[in-house]
Amino acid sequence: MLHIAYLMALLPLAGFAVLVVFGKRLGDPLAGWVGTVAVFGAFVVACIALGGLWNEPASARHFTENYFSWIAVGGLQVKVGLFLDPLSMTMCLFVTGVSALIHLYSIGYMKDDSEYSKFFIYLNLFVFSMVLLVLSDNLLVTFVGWEGVGLCSYFLIAFWHERDSAASAGKKAFVYNRIGDAGFLIAVFLIFSKLGTLDLPTIFAHRHALGGDATTAVALLLLLAATGKSAQIPLFNWLPDAMEGPTPVSALIHAATMVTAGVYLLCRMNSVLALTPDARWVVAVIGGVTAFVAATIASSQQDIKKVLAFSTVSQIGYMTLAVGTGAYIAAIFLMVAHAFYKALLFLGAGSIIHGLHDEQDLKRMGGLARVLPWTYGTFLAAWLAIAGIPPLAGFWAKGDVLSNVFRKSPVLWALGVVTAILTAYYMTRLFVLAFRGDQRWAHAVSGHAPEPPHECPWVMRVPLVVLAVASFAGGILDLPFVHTAGLSSWLGPVFSNSLFVDHEGAGLQSGLAVIDGVAAVIGLSVAWWAWRREWDRPALEPAFLQRVWYWDDFYDAIIGRPGQVLAKVAATTVDGRVIDGAVNGVATLVRKSASGVRRLQTGYVRNYALGIVLGLAAVVAFLLSRVWWS
Amino acid sequence: MIAAAAAANATIHVPAIRYLAIMPVIILLGGAVLLLAAQSLVRRPLRLRFATVSTVVISLGAFALAWWQWTDVMDHGPYTTIAHAVVSDGFSVLVTVLVTSAMVLFALVAEGYLAREGIEGSELHVLALVSASGAILMAQANDLVIVFLGLEILSIALYVLTAYNHKRSESGEAGLKYFVLGGFSSAVFVYGIALTYGATGTTNLTQIASFLSRNVLVHDGVLLAGMSLLLVGFAFKVAAVPFHMWTPDVYQGAPSPVTGFMAAVAKAGGFAAFLRVFVSSFGVLRADWRPIVYVLAIVTLLVGAGLAVVQRDIKRMLAYSSINHAGFVLLGLQAASAAGVSAALYYLFAYAFMVIGSFAVVAVIGRSGDMEHDIASYRGLARSQPLFAFAFALLLLAQAGIPFTTGFLTKFQVVVASVDGHSVPLAVVAMGSAALAAFFYLRVTVLMYGPERAAEEVPATATAGGALFAPASELRTRLNAALLLEDVPAAPRVAAAATGRVPVPPLAAVAVGICVLVTVVFGVFPAPLVDFAHKATLLFLP
Repeated sequence: MLHIAYLMALLPLAGFAVLVVFGKRLGDPLAGWVGTVAVFGAFVVACIALGGLWNEPASARHFTENYFSWIAVGGLQVKVGLFLDPLSMTMCLFVTGVSALIHLYSIGYMKDDSEYSKFFIYLNLFVFSMVLLVLSDNLLVTFVGWEGVGLCSYFLIAFWHERDSAASAGKKAFVYNRIGDAGFLIAVFLIFSKLGTLDLPTIFAHRHALGGDATTAVALLLLLAATGKSAQIPLFNWLPDAMEGPTPVSALIHAATMVTAGVYLLCRMNSVLALTPDARWVVAVIGGVTAFVAATIASSQQDIKKVLAFSTVSQIGYMTLAVGTGAYIAAIFLMVAHAFYKALLFLGAGSIIHGLHDEQDLKRMGGLARVLPWTYGTFLAAWLAIAGIPPLAGFWAKGDVLSNVFRKSPVLWALGVVTAILTAYYMTRLFVLAFRGDQRWAHAVSGHAPEPPHECPWVMRVPLVVLAVASFAGGILDLPFVHTAGLSSWLGPVFSNSLFVDHEGAGLQSGLAVIDGVAAVIGLSVAWWAWRREWDRPALEPAFLQRVWYWDDFYDAIIGRPGQVLAKVAATTVDGRVIDGAVNGVATLVRKSASGVRRLQTGYVRNYALGIVLGLAAVVAFLLSRVWWS
Repeated sequence: MIAAAAAANATIHVPAIRYLAIMPVIILLGGAVLLLAAQSLVRRPLRLRFATVSTVVISLGAFALAWWQWTDVMDHGPYTTIAHAVVSDGFSVLVTVLVTSAMVLFALVAEGYLAREGIEGSELHVLALVSASGAILMAQANDLVIVFLGLEILSIALYVLTAYNHKRSESGEAGLKYFVLGGFSSAVFVYGIALTYGATGTTNLTQIASFLSRNVLVHDGVLLAGMSLLLVGFAFKVAAVPFHMWTPDVYQGAPSPVTGFMAAVAKAGGFAAFLRVFVSSFGVLRADWRPIVYVLAIVTLLVGAGLAVVQRDIKRMLAYSSINHAGFVLLGLQAASAAGVSAALYYLFAYAFMVIGSFAVVAVIGRSGDMEHDIASYRGLARSQPLFAFAFALLLLAQAGIPFTTGFLTKFQVVVASVDGHSVPLAVVAMGSAALAAFFYLRVTVLMYGPERAAEEVPATATAGGALFAPASELRTRLNAALLLEDVPAAPRVAAAATGRVPVPPLAAVAVGICVLVTVVFGVFPAPLVDFAHKATLLFLP
């Protein structure tokens, strides 16, 4: 059953190919259905593969298969194969599952878009790249997937490229990601130069041969890669702008799947990370600080998608924190749970935006509970889940992370708890502003009342309901009191020698859980009290937070402007004078000398024969001179 | 050696023959004879489609046999036959595969060409089949006499092929030039054989090698003179500077499909024998010939790239570009190592597809009469025939050595072999010439994707995208200046023709498609082809 695993990647690729060729002809909605069926197929294959892997004994749950040799030049042997173990299996399951639901949702959401089929082309290509990234047994092929998802992300952010803001947001995302990608590449070079292979199992087996400094460097470079892809400090600014893309894209790529690729990469390389405690501290601190900073920003944004974007950054910060702690399983647990509820939040937001005719400002929403009942009900589950109210998925997942962090560093734990309060606060603020209070959207903006919002079609409702159930009950994947039967025992073998094991007593654990619950309730009630009546409280939305801690302005000042000056100098002086001068000089030289030599090409056979004779004479003279001189 | 045995016994001694070794040659030659016989038995000229199909079938038969040979050589190792005059090893099989594939592609391209030019009869196919068998024989030769035999079979057919289009005077002129100079260089070559025989007492390549390794000849004048004559003979055939001067004229004059065939097959045959004779037979003397090849390679690289820049005729440009490519292959020879030979073989193989595809496009764009070869004819091709232009652009970029095409690895491998052979300056010159060469490939590409009209007519708004500091019209003028195109007119005649699509014969399109496919697929997945060349070199006799 495991031998069909390659279909997980191949089916979306096939969907992509079909849509590239026939997409336009299939049109709306058939093209969407083709894409959706391809990804559903991949999900079914993933389920079958899961069955196959489950039946193996715990110690033998890994499966590698080589398909073909991609590059074989000298010492560099790159084989394309897959590496299926509980970690990549888990990733594949939720990636294909969530993707399938969001594909289904997109059929409704993208209806009547002028480039309907193109959207699904990109979406299918994205799923293929993501599965490639996850399943590859070779770092270079992983990098291909890594670049592939980045490329699709760029295409999809800038999908409505007629809008300047969308086009520049796409560029911003691409540039920020390139910085991270450079880190990935250098890490790959470093590993290859030290170990002479890019094969993952071989790297794991020979990780000790890397040497101390190189290991730390590799870990930090991979962290740089992760901060780019997973939008962590210092490269997190692109994600909020990425919300310019269509909402299903935000849900799929910029919330549930792609942005977790960085965390996945770090988990995948856990045995290398295990060798370098220093680098792990850096990972943990970056994760903790990102979680906190992003949560503060999320508490004062007005655009519903921006709130969710910063919330995503914050939640991934938790995952990074868990990775730095060594609590990889907790990180994956949170990743899966987060995929469910964050995808749901985005899809719900999409449903609101869809219903309100592209209105994204929270201040112009309100009172939507009555007009959008399905959206309201499902959003309710997602809100409570992310806020960390027991017994929903978010409570268990976040609790798992925090109880591990407590042992590693109480300071980071405290930061995590404060972040948890903030999380409950900003989500409640969003919920209240959107669904409760006055129906502010009904007030005439430009003289006449807008038409009332409408609930979304069934293709969009089904994913909402499925994800709501998953967000509600996702916690059963890994309840703390049954660690032996859940995700922990399943993923345990992958992280066997690097996992941070907390040996806390049941009492301490329950205590920590109570603190988590209380934190959630505090944040929730404060927000409820503050925003229930009022919808405009400038005091609670300081400019410092609204402008993202002036982070973008800072980058603009230290990198953007000097860069522009440099570019201007380079364009006018360096390029205009130096480079063009050199190029033109070479060109003139070639031209002059060529027209000289050209004159030899007379067209007369006798001259050509003379050339041969002279050449021959030179060769003979050279050889005979060797005879005489020796 | 045979002669000596025969003289002693005064009876004709028939050596043992392993037919598998010479089967591809027999099929090609036999097929040619059959085709010729069929032609002479019917009153009217054979139908073109019949000639094409039978040529393709014959070539595919030889191609299939080459693969049989491959498995045979892989399983049982290389061997010599017919009194050690002919060898079957990985090296020869690779060249056989190359030549037979080139033959198939040639037949596909030629059909549309002949139909358009209204040339009847199947002589073109017959001659090409004969010529191909000569190239294979050169790769299989284990005796200087057989090398010469192959060389002549290859060349004489090519002289006629060059002059084949009797409706173009250039064609005849080129054929005559080629014939005279070819005869001249053959004489040089034969004299080289004679001197080598005089110095070593044998013409058999294996025996020359063993003679040289057993006897220490400290700078034997006769031997060195013989070697230099052989070197010149080969250098003429592969068009190394300064023995290249026939190339632009012949490439330009020959019918375009023939030019592609010549660039691929003659070069492959010539280099195959060149590599075998010098790396294996004269391997002991490498200290003597490597400096010569070193200088030859540098001059060939620079003259090829430099003169291609100033050409306005696409066929002449591609001719100089092929000289530049020959310089790269010389890098592999100059390395005089297994890696060098393998890199050279890979180069020849990959180049064959690029150049046949390129000349197939040239043959089509040449339009009726095969005359439209000014690069201005390619202006705006991308707009009228996007797919065709894209294929041509890919083939040109592959020749320039862009990654993800076979062209990148070809250059990469020879340069690596050269560096490993401690010829770093040569490698640097090669890379510099590649940069120079990129210019004229890109120039055609830019022309194809540029506007159809000439510079001054283009409205400024058309190029709003790229203009940062210069207004669009100025940018356009600068671009034209940079491409050395100030003097390329909009060419009213061409412009009139360019507005209409050039009809693309379906079989030519198939051939171009195959070439592009091979170039790109093995560029992205280089392993099989690199492996092929590598294994071919492992099984290298003597």
